[in-house]
Amino acid sequence: MSLTRQDVEKIAHLARLAITEQEMPVYVDSLSSIVAFVDQLSKADTGAVQPMAHPLAGQTQRLRADEVTETDCHEKYQANAAAVQAGLYLVPRVIE
Amino acid sequence: MWHNRSIGELADSLGRGEISSVDLVRHFLARIEALNPALNAVITLTAGQALAEAAVADRRRAAGASGPLLGIPLIHKDIFCTDGVRTSCGSRMLDNFVAPYDATVVAKLRDAGAVMLGKANMDEFAMGSSNETSFYGPVRNPWDKDKVPGGSSGGSAAAVAARLAPFATGTDTGGSIRQPAALTGTTGIKPTYGRVSRHGMIAFASSLDQAGVFARSAADAAIVLQAIAGFDPKDSTSVDLPVPDYCATLQAPLRGLRIGLVKEFADGLEAGNAALLAAAVAVFRALGAETSEVSLPSLPLSVPTYYVVAPAECSSNLSRFDGVRFGHRCDAPKDLMDLYKRSRGEGFGAEVKRRIMTGTYVLSAGYFDAYYLKAQKARQLITDEFRAAFERVDVLLGPTTPTPAFPIGAKIDDPVTMYLNDIYTIGANLAGLPALSAPCGYVDGLPMGMQLIGPHFAETRLLNAAHQFQLATDWHNKAAPGYAE
Repeated sequence: MSLTRQDVEKIAHLARLAITEQEMPVYVDSLSSIVAFVDQLSKADTGAVQPMAHPLAGQTQRLRADEVTETDCHEKYQANAAAVQAGLYLVPRVIE
Repeated sequence: MWHNRSIGELADSLGRGEISSVDLVRHFLARIEALNPALNAVITLTAGQALAEAAVADRRRAAGASGPLLGIPLIHKDIFCTDGVRTSCGSRMLDNFVAPYDATVVAKLRDAGAVMLGKANMDEFAMGSSNETSFYGPVRNPWDKDKVPGGSSGGSAAAVAARLAPFATGTDTGGSIRQPAALTGTTGIKPTYGRVSRHGMIAFASSLDQAGVFARSAADAAIVLQAIAGFDPKDSTSVDLPVPDYCATLQAPLRGLRIGLVKEFADGLEAGNAALLAAAVAVFRALGAETSEVSLPSLPLSVPTYYVVAPAECSSNLSRFDGVRFGHRCDAPKDLMDLYKRSRGEGFGAEVKRRIMTGTYVLSAGYFDAYYLKAQKARQLITDEFRAAFERVDVLLGPTTPTPAFPIGAKIDDPVTMYLNDIYTIGANLAGLPALSAPCGYVDGLPMGMQLIGPHFAETRLLNAAHQFQLATDWHNKAAPGYAE
């Protein structure tokens, strides 16, 4: 199975990735070969097997009590942000 | 030569006062300064912090404290968050990211008194098998600097092989501890899924990721695993089971151990690799183990299954890198969509973008059943076959990699060929099983590893078997040329 340039453009948009003109043919080729490679799964007889839900049989995701356990660290966390103001993250204007 | 000593020997010397932790740390920092420029294994050196922590360890010891890792230096893979220290994950995206807290693995080793020397290079976001996808450039293999050290934990592996630290941490999603351990002549263990906390370990594929250890022997790895294993309420997949004493059972004889030789691993094995494996089997038999052939017919589906499941999980995990709260942000975004797309397009390297797009594709409307659901069925099939095998045998033995270390640049342009490096390691990740790679000889003058895979939570058995093998053999003691001096 091979992907077209239009397929890759659509995937890149869904993944929110800007792909340059130079990169595009490389991704069309390599994603096509990866999809062709994983396509061999279609021939596998998986019969009535249930899709795996957890690598350890019988384990499920644990829930915890709905209690506040975190302390306020927003200043420390926001030190890593490109733009903050008054404790808020800044992004380009969304609503005109 | 302090760098040639095991963790146990170093702990004894520290305990007897033959050396202080501060002097031990100085010794390894000097080695890193001298040897790392040619290897690029360490990308962040935390010398000042290390000396301060070593002084604390020395004071703790003077006050009566002890412990197998008190004052012992280490290097962390740069995927583990380290409070106040850059945590890049090998990516331009996080080149400016200073972690605001410690990963549980980091905190546990700190509590045990181990001293971080710095952070190890790695494939970007742990996606790679050669350490060539790092934003900080490739790591060179101490055995041959034109060869890769494997990946994704290539910096950790090269650092331990070059004796820049007695041990290092790593993570293994599809072989990222075992494959580089094999290619650098080190011992690496990937524990059972859920055995070691993933809190603060930057996520790649959450149903596969597991933290583990690089050391120069199974006995050293047991000491480190003891310190990092255990339940953590901060990781919802952490398993609440008691941690056995990994060191207590290292000496147990292997008489009667049932070793399964995987038929599907033997099929098509290259001659040099097959000869090393046969020699390893002979050692285990001489130690009293019994061997038999075991078939896992669905195992050949491992690599395609993995390259659906892992990219799918990566595409959702890496959606958090949006240029807003942390990480790279593009210049002058014209709107929010432009900010997302260009920040991510610039911040991620080629292989990471390829995997995000593969994952986005297999999860997209119309393809989910054919790829993701099908892969999770194949994954269950593979897991069921492992479970059946472990009703007949105690451990499985096979190769870790198809070949020894390959030249830098040889496979980087062909992703599918690169992916096939992990053909022997991926099965254990899909089934959540513990697995260990230990040196077992050379092909073309380069180290090779054998792999032991056990049932869930059988780390004790793997470490015991590898330790007994290492008492009977000398492969793990061999240093890369020039690095024992």
